[in-house]
Amino acid sequence: MTAMATAGDVGRASGRRERVAARLQQGGALVVVVVVTLVASLLFGGRFASVDNLLGILEASSFLGIVAVGMTFVIIGGGIDLSVGSLLALSAVLAAFGSQFGSVVAVALPLGVCGLIGLVNGLLIARARLAPFIVTLATLLFARGLAFAVSDEGNTIFRIDPDQAVIALGQGSIAGIRIPILLAGLAFVAGWVVLNRARYGTAVAAIGGNEEAARLMGLPIARVKAAMYVTSGLLAGLAGLLVAARSSSGQSTIGVGLELQAIAAVVIGGTLLTGGFGSIAGTLAGVLLLNVINNVINQVGTLSSYFQQVVSGVFLIVVVLVQRYLTREQRL
Amino acid sequence: MTATETAPAAQAPGRRRLLDLVAENGVYVGLLLLIAFNLLFTRRFGEIDNIRLQFVQVVPVAIIALGMALVIGTRGIDLSVGSVMAIASALLALYLGYGPVVAIAVALLGGAVVGLVNGVLVSVAGVQPIVATLALLVGGRGLALVLARGRLTEVFDPTLATIGSARVFEVPIVVLIALAVAVVIGILVSRTTFGRYLVAIGGNAEASVLAGVPVRRTLLTVYILCAALAALAGVIQTARLSASDPSFVGNLIELSAITAVVVGGTPLSGGRIRIMGTLAGAMLMQLIAATLITHNLPDSATRMVQAVIIVAAVLIQRQRGAA
Repeated sequence: MTAMATAGDVGRASGRRERVAARLQQGGALVVVVVVTLVASLLFGGRFASVDNLLGILEASSFLGIVAVGMTFVIIGGGIDLSVGSLLALSAVLAAFGSQFGSVVAVALPLGVCGLIGLVNGLLIARARLAPFIVTLATLLFARGLAFAVSDEGNTIFRIDPDQAVIALGQGSIAGIRIPILLAGLAFVAGWVVLNRARYGTAVAAIGGNEEAARLMGLPIARVKAAMYVTSGLLAGLAGLLVAARSSSGQSTIGVGLELQAIAAVVIGGTLLTGGFGSIAGTLAGVLLLNVINNVINQVGTLSSYFQQVVSGVFLIVVVLVQRYLTREQRL
Repeated sequence: MTATETAPAAQAPGRRRLLDLVAENGVYVGLLLLIAFNLLFTRRFGEIDNIRLQFVQVVPVAIIALGMALVIGTRGIDLSVGSVMAIASALLALYLGYGPVVAIAVALLGGAVVGLVNGVLVSVAGVQPIVATLALLVGGRGLALVLARGRLTEVFDPTLATIGSARVFEVPIVVLIALAVAVVIGILVSRTTFGRYLVAIGGNAEASVLAGVPVRRTLLTVYILCAALAALAGVIQTARLSASDPSFVGNLIELSAITAVVVGGTPLSGGRIRIMGTLAGAMLMQLIAATLITHNLPDSATRMVQAVIIVAAVLIQRQRGAA
């Protein structure tokens, strides 16, 4: 009797700790963003905390953010997508190339091709059951190669004519806010709704948590997984399209290493690389954090930009160590 | 369990054995076909200068792939190798004033320290290898740039120049170094308890703990070894180019090394390490690039062909796993 009572007490106590730990893990990145932003505002005043600078941070975050939404789903589903950086470059090149045939082609061509490559990723991973890491590594090479092939080995940089409607996607604004920021916001809201309120989101988390159990529950594993990679490809394509529209050109050399930044943002946001659990809001915080740190380091004129990489690396280590500690708490 | 697995095999032993044979040796078959093609259709391919060039060019990737094969054998991965190369290169240039021996020692030691951090994060803290080494990929490259103040440094030193370009019996020293590394790693994997521990951990980490395998120590050692080999590759690259440029040295080499390992037949799921296959995989990817370039196909085609080869290789291996 007494033994059982104590066991119950321990259970209750650890339940509370567990909830605190879970909340910290989900909201930790958000807290750090707020703290870093406040400290930077105090240190640099108007130089950092001006509307222009903050909107600049949001705009810089929007491209990575759109890619990171797709990556969050892939990682929650137990996979990984290394091809997004190359897809972004391919999309930018195709958008600029396609713009000579009109704005419709400039939008449809990159999204179509990136969606298709995402589908190839999805089929090879979901149907042929190859390892996501190696499949998307191959498409990383392939998409970059295709981007080079289209642009004459990178020697041709296609320009988008200033009077093409597609330019507005990158340079236009609604109510003073740039369209990429709005689209990124839309992607995060849609991602949140799908992950937390739609059956598809539950299926992704179930598959990432325990694929065998999900199969026994009758979930259409292959279809859900393939859709994950198609979405990730399409979002990377969208980001590339926006980059092209923003800079009025498509360069085949952009986006190298973007996949790693996206993974870092997702992990900092509290999503576990083991799959099954994650948060879109956390990813938003992760993306913002990377860009705020970047911006702050630029404000400190004396620090070389290389320190940004060192700080990001150290930061990532601290975050995963804290996460590791918190998930251990949850398991207790 | 065992019965159901062996039953289909008994039904079609011939077909299965053939599939197994192809899957086991696909990388060698591919390599031989490619060499045959080149001997027939590429002018000057068989000349000693060209053969030497191909070997010299594959050395950095091959050395790193050998370390990577050990890490992948434990079901891990090391994304930080390119940044470790850059750190080693920067340290080498920085400490050259104290003589080449000191400089090389510091460079290798610097790499080993990064490996130690990787190893502690993975084995003691239990962080996933891909995240731990991603952090050091990002931070390590930054550190190398900070060390070198972001500049390219020319490296003039007779000892390093000898390492970079001299030959012994017509064989370049860097190739001999790579061969020596391959022999040592090969013995380590096939003849020592350490090698058996690696495969045991990759096969089933929890069972290994229960079986008394020193999992932590083995993982620590393997990440240190992989990083030290990456540093060695960084030293060799710097010696060959007579320059240290931390923003470019080893960029994306982690992907080439992982490709060589996987194409060579070591599965990403761990539990199996193939040293000869890894070397053949590195050479295959190198020769594909060289072949396409000499036949006037652009760099973009190289990437796309390599992508197809990677998928084909894992598909064939997958066949074997499924059979």
